Amino acid sequence: MAVDKKYETPLLDELEKGGWPSFVREIKSAAETNPMANDLLGLLEQSYTEKKGHWKHGGIVGVMGYGGGVIGRYTDLSEKFPNISHFHTMRVNQPSGWFYTSEALRTLCDIWDAHGSGLTNMHGSTGDIVFLGTRTEELEPVFKKLTDAGFDLGGSGSDVRTPSCCCGKARCEWACYDTMGLTHFITNKFQDELHRPAFPYKMKFKMAGCPNDCVASVARADISIIGTWRDEIQVDMQKVREYAKNGTDILKEIVMMCPGKCMDWDGKDLKIDNSSCRHCMHCINVMPKALAPGKDRGAVVLVGSKAPIVEGALLSSVLVPFIKLDEPFDESELWELIENMWDLWCEEGKNRERIGEFIQRVGMGNFLEAVGLEPQPDMVSHPRENPYIFYEEYFEEGE
Amino acid sequence: MAQVPVMELADAMYKMVKDTMGMKKWKATDLQKASIEMFGEGNVDKQLCKDAIKELVNNGRLVYTYFGGSFLEVPHKEGAAN
Repeated sequence: MAVDKKYETPLLDELEKGGWPSFVREIKSAAETNPMANDLLGLLEQSYTEKKGHWKHGGIVGVMGYGGGVIGRYTDLSEKFPNISHFHTMRVNQPSGWFYTSEALRTLCDIWDAHGSGLTNMHGSTGDIVFLGTRTEELEPVFKKLTDAGFDLGGSGSDVRTPSCCCGKARCEWACYDTMGLTHFITNKFQDELHRPAFPYKMKFKMAGCPNDCVASVARADISIIGTWRDEIQVDMQKVREYAKNGTDILKEIVMMCPGKCMDWDGKDLKIDNSSCRHCMHCINVMPKALAPGKDRGAVVLVGSKAPIVEGALLSSVLVPFIKLDEPFDESELWELIENMWDLWCEEGKNRERIGEFIQRVGMGNFLEAVGLEPQPDMVSHPRENPYIFYEEYFEEGE
Repeated sequence: MAQVPVMELADAMYKMVKDTMGMKKWKATDLQKASIEMFGEGNVDKQLCKDAIKELVNNGRLVYTYFGGSFLEVPHKEGAAN
């Protein structure tokens, strides 16, 4: 479609300077043929000039039967910029690990060029493919074409958000479980919770294959499932010596930096007290050819992290210190625990209260009791130094 | 005791939402709690409430809305669209 009206954009033009990619350049490119993208340029320039946003939050638009996946947006300058009087965002459920064929990407782009602004985020911070800007009457046609192409909308609002994961066993040697398989499983298992919001607030799952936690699940997910091991770190001593010979200062770069102080290096052998290992992955990251996670692998399940929105940021707390996560995933006892947590949170949680905030309010002890979990030292930060943690043996020795 | 038929529950939920339009915003859990209170715990359970809500939304009698949290409302034109 030809675009007639051109906007002067001196402020936006500044953001095209430099050798880096520019979102302004991308919008201008789309604006050559797309009136929505063109009006977006005009609106954004006005916002920069006035230092004021001109968007209104819509709350009712969506596709039939779904409560999530569409985020309504309107502009308050619809007379001046009629092509973006509606500018709704659509979230499209991404494949696990963000793997696509080039054909799939072309299909997505063709759909969006035909029905929206042609602008996308690949990917949004939720992990979804984000389609930026369309009109209410275009939502159903986009949804129809997406589902015909094998895609579905993702989550938004008070529902299970689109689960996301690291690339796991598809590309990483440290993956302690199949993150992509589990993400696919969770997406299917919780379809009802994903599309029909029934929680006090959002609920995010993020799956990381090892404690490096490349998806930052410990800081961003209400339920973080992070790969780990419970036996000993695998050591190839010959390779360790090669690292030392090739200039790695094992004492300074590894032993001294071990948070569990569980390593010793005598110039010839690396000794590891695995019972004190905190599974931080530092030594393995520094000497990837010499060290590897143990062979008895599974995951730790954590609960309660969130970014600051209504209240401040939270990191997640350990809920299940170790669980085997092998296919078929539906045999895991994890799902019953998660549903118990949801029942409690739905029953007692306040509107817009994330599960981490709920746990803070009621207390972790009460929460664990209500969901039927026994407290364990693994749930406590620094259990060996925490004066509030007592062990039976401690009393026996003291008496 | 026999469970309430899903359509009967759906009609009752719809009435709750319609009668309080503009005065109360209903979350799915609120509707579930109110339905259990109305019909009794033995006659309505969580799954039946989910099915009734699904029925209402799939038929377009209720829609999900988002205003800081997700709610169920009778379809209407929202103010922001004006």
